[in-house]
Formats: sequence, structure tokens, C-alpha cells
Amino acid sequence: MAITRDNVLHVAKLARLELTETEIDTMQRDLNGILEYVNQLSQLDTSNVPPTTQVAVVAAPFRADVPHVSVPHDLALSQAPRSSSDGFAVPAFVDE
Amino acid sequence: MTDVLDLSIADLASQVQKGALTARSVTEAALARIDQTRDLNALLYVARDAALAAADAVDAKRARGEALGKLAGVPIAIKDALCTTDAPTTCASKILTRVGEGNTGGTDPEHGFRPPYDATVVARLRAADAILIGKANMDEFAMGSSGENSAFGPSRNPWDKTRTAGGSSSGSAVAVAAGLALGSLGSDTGGSIRQPAALCGVVGVKPSYGRVSRYGLVAFASSLDQVGPFARDVKSAARLLEVISGRDPLDSTSAELPVGEYEAACSRDVKGLRIGIPEEYFGEGLDPAIAESVRSAIAQLEQAGCTVKPVSLPHTSYGIATYYILATAEASSNLARFDGVRFGLRIETAKSDLTSLYGKTRNAGFGAEVKRRILLGTYVLSAGYYDAYYKKAQRVRTLIKRDFDQVFESVDAIAVPTSPTPAFRFGEKVDNPLAMYLADVFTLPASLAGIAGLSVPCAPTPATASQPSLPVGLQLLGPAFAEERLFSLAAEVERRMGKVPRPPAS
Repeated sequence: MAITRDNVLHVAKLARLELTETEIDTMQRDLNGILEYVNQLSQLDTSNVPPTTQVAVVAAPFRADVPHVSVPHDLALSQAPRSSSDGFAVPAFVDE
Repeated sequence: MTDVLDLSIADLASQVQKGALTARSVTEAALARIDQTRDLNALLYVARDAALAAADAVDAKRARGEALGKLAGVPIAIKDALCTTDAPTTCASKILTRVGEGNTGGTDPEHGFRPPYDATVVARLRAADAILIGKANMDEFAMGSSGENSAFGPSRNPWDKTRTAGGSSSGSAVAVAAGLALGSLGSDTGGSIRQPAALCGVVGVKPSYGRVSRYGLVAFASSLDQVGPFARDVKSAARLLEVISGRDPLDSTSAELPVGEYEAACSRDVKGLRIGIPEEYFGEGLDPAIAESVRSAIAQLEQAGCTVKPVSLPHTSYGIATYYILATAEASSNLARFDGVRFGLRIETAKSDLTSLYGKTRNAGFGAEVKRRILLGTYVLSAGYYDAYYKKAQRVRTLIKRDFDQVFESVDAIAVPTSPTPAFRFGEKVDNPLAMYLADVFTLPASLAGIAGLSVPCAPTPATASQPSLPVGLQLLGPAFAEERLFSLAAEVERRMGKVPRPPAS
């Protein structure tokens, strides 16, 4: 199943990447090459093999539900490229 | 007199503890060497002032009569994927560089993201009185096998500056090989510690998944990432691993298991240990000089009393395909956090809406390989392809893990080459993503299985008309949490091979 230009545009939209025209062509070529290679997995019969999602993780451990000191507000905002007095600044996204 | 930067970690720490050397003098020596070796591009940021202040604090602590830690005065370089409060953290990506109001200011590592907390491993190094001298160069977001994906230029291999240092922890390997630091930390998702260690002639350890906390490591593929040490000798690497290992409440995947006695294990007899040699790692594509060096190291282990027997890991060749589906899927999700809002780069105009802010910032901030992997990962997770690619790869991961489980029923460790070739030249693979991925063919399966691995130098390749003598790594693999056994074996190889000298370029 070869990747079309529309596939690239669709995936780029999902990934929030505004690719340039040249990049769209390059990525289409590269992704097709890589997918052709990874298709070798279809040679293996895995119908009775369970998937592995994690190794060595026995169970999510519990901890006591007690309040603790968190990152202070101003420190959390200190690395934001743009912030307003009370939070991270984003472009308006609700039509007025 | 021996250069202080050529001492083992234990020897240097002991000199500082006794007061025979000051942490300040060691730090000054490391900083001087860093200045002399700028052309290697090993470090993205030199923490000059912070390092000197930390050294003075260690010396003052000793003057007060307090006991010093296991890494007293030891200069350590930290991969730039690990959060440090007193140094920028960029993952060698433009997207983690800060730009000023109105997008002024440069996209260079000096303007990098300043994390509000230290990674747990960094905090543990500080608590052991180590001196953090700088942030090591790497492939952007740890995606690459040559260092060439760094947004700030690749590190150079100190054995031949026209060659790469491997990757992704390229700067961490170079810093140790060239004597800028006695140890360093890297991260290994598919070979990113073991492969550059092999190519630079140093020891590199990929601990079992869960052995070391990942808190404060910028996530690439969360089910595979592990932090681990580099050093010029096995025992020094063992001490570093002892310091950074152990359960961390801030990482729920860190194992609730006691930390091993890795340093002590370096002196243990290896007689009677059973070593498996999987045929799949010695076939087509393996450089004959590497095969010979690795086989002679295995023969040394046999002379030391180990039993060597052939074994089979039949799904080895599926490792690359499995890895590049699973790791990119996880990366596409992990890297969603770089959105231009909370930290790092932000590209916007007065007319920008949220979607264009995201799309423009991410496209300008990420390099080509990172974008390629985000797109691939998004694709394999997307509706209609999830079962065919992602779910399929998870099932093959089970087969790869079972291969190792079965082999470890009859052997104690596996010995194979770390990399199919010695250090390659810049540009040799950079335009062909698949050729670059093949560089990791021998390290990926162990990552997928979550087992313990390390690379220790064996005999370098002979010099030829076209290339100088280059380092070779023997990769030792053991069951999950069997690091002690690997240190015993690696130390035996090192005793018989001798410590690798410092490269000519430094």
C-alpha cells in the first residue's frame, strides 16, 4: 500500500506539521521506501502471538494520595515564549 | 605524572576525598581540555561557572570535614536530552531554543530551554559530588546513528575527524574518548549508547528497562528509553551505573529491585559462565575486521574459563522494521508536546490562529529526520493502518523477546558485535534513512526485549591505505537486571585487551 501525496498531507495535518512543497515530495518518497521495508513483517504469522506493549513493568505502583508542593506558577510560565499575567498566551481561537 | 583526566573514576574520586587533588583543579583541567578540543563539537554548552562553583562547594565540604560522595570532583558530561536546572536543555533541536519577544534572539544552544527541575539521574550525580561540566551533543531528539542530525552540527570522531562518532549519544561518547570528562550519561532507545561507545572506543552501558529512572529524560520512545553511562574503563562505568540506578517514585516504570554491586562485580571470576554466540549476528553485512576482532575477544573469554556455544535468535532480522514502527509511533505521541506555547520556539504572526501557530512552529523547529519519524509514527497509528503496522510490530516484538528468553535458558550472556562497521564518514548514509537505520541492526533487538547490554572495546581494526585503525566494540547482552554478570565479563575482556589509549586527535 503505497503512500500517496494525499496520505502525506493527511498525516502532516494530524501531526500539525506545515510542510513545504519540497518536503511533501521528499517525505512521500522516504515514507514509501521505509514502509516497503517494514512490510517484511507481514511474512510472519503472528495470529497466535500476543502484542508486547511494555517490558519489565509489573504493575503501576500506588502512592499515598497526599498533597505536595508543585512547580510554582511563575516558574512554570518562565519558559513560555509568550505569556499573559495569569497563563500561557495563545492566539484567539473562538470566533467573536 | 599521569594527567588527572586519564585517571579512573575511583582513583580520581579517592584523590579528591583524600585532599591530594582539589575538585577545582580537576575542573579547571577539564575546562582547559574542552577549550583545546572545540573542533570535536562534543558539547553544546559548557557549564563553566556552574562547574567551578560546584567544584568549590565540594572542596569546601571537604574542608569542613564532611565525607565526600562516590564521584567527588569527577567531571561528567550530560547528554542534552537530560534536564538540568543550571544549563540549557535542547535535545540538539531548534524547537527547544528560546527566542525573545517578537522572535528576536538566536536559535542556538545558549538560548536553550531552561528546565525547572533536574532529571533524577542528574540529581543523583550531584548528590554524589560529581561536577557537571556541560551538555553533550546528540542527534536531534536522539533520532539518528551518526550525530549528523544535530541542529548544531555533528560531533567528530576523535580517532578520525572525517568520521562520525555514531549516535545518538555522540557527544557523550566523544567527551569521554577525548578525555573532556571521566564519565558521561547518554540515553539508549535502540543503540544510542552502545553504538557510539563502540565507534569511539569507550565503554557504554544500556541498562535493563526499568533499572534507571527516566524522569527528566526528554521522552523519545517511552517503552524503550533508558539512561546509561559512558566511561573509559569498565569499573568506572560500573560506579556511574551504581550511582544513577534505583527506584524513583517519579518514574512509575523504574523497577523496585535492589541496585547491584556493579563495581565489585568487575573483580569477579567469569569461570564457568556460558556465553551464547548467535549466528544471525555474524552473517552478511558484517565488516570482516569487526568479525575477527569480536571472535578474538570471545576466544579470550573462553581462555578465561567461559563456555562458548552457538545459539540462535531467529527473529533478529525483523528488529529494524519492528523498531522503526514502534519507536516512531511512540515518538509521534511524545513529541506532540512541542507546540510553541509552553516552552521553546514559537513562530507566529499577528494573523496566526492556533493551528498555524502549531504547524509553523513545529515545521520550523524540527529537523528532517524528526519530521520523517513523526509522520511515519502518525501514519502507523492512524485509522486503517494501526492493525497492519503498529499492532503487528507489537506482536513481532513478542517474538523477538521470546528468542532471548529461550536462549537465556541455556546461556548466561550473549556476545556479539555492537556495530556492523567501524566509524563511517560524514555524509556516507545521511541521505538514505534506511542505510542509517541498518547501522543499528545489532543493538535494536536487545532494546525491544528490554534486556541489559553493554559495549566494551576489543581489538581495533588494522590500519589500511584508506582508513586508520578504528575502535571496535564487543556487545555483551544479558537477561533483564543481570548487569553484574555483564560487568564481570566486560572487565575480563578489558584486563586481557588492556585499556584503550586516548585517541591521537586529543
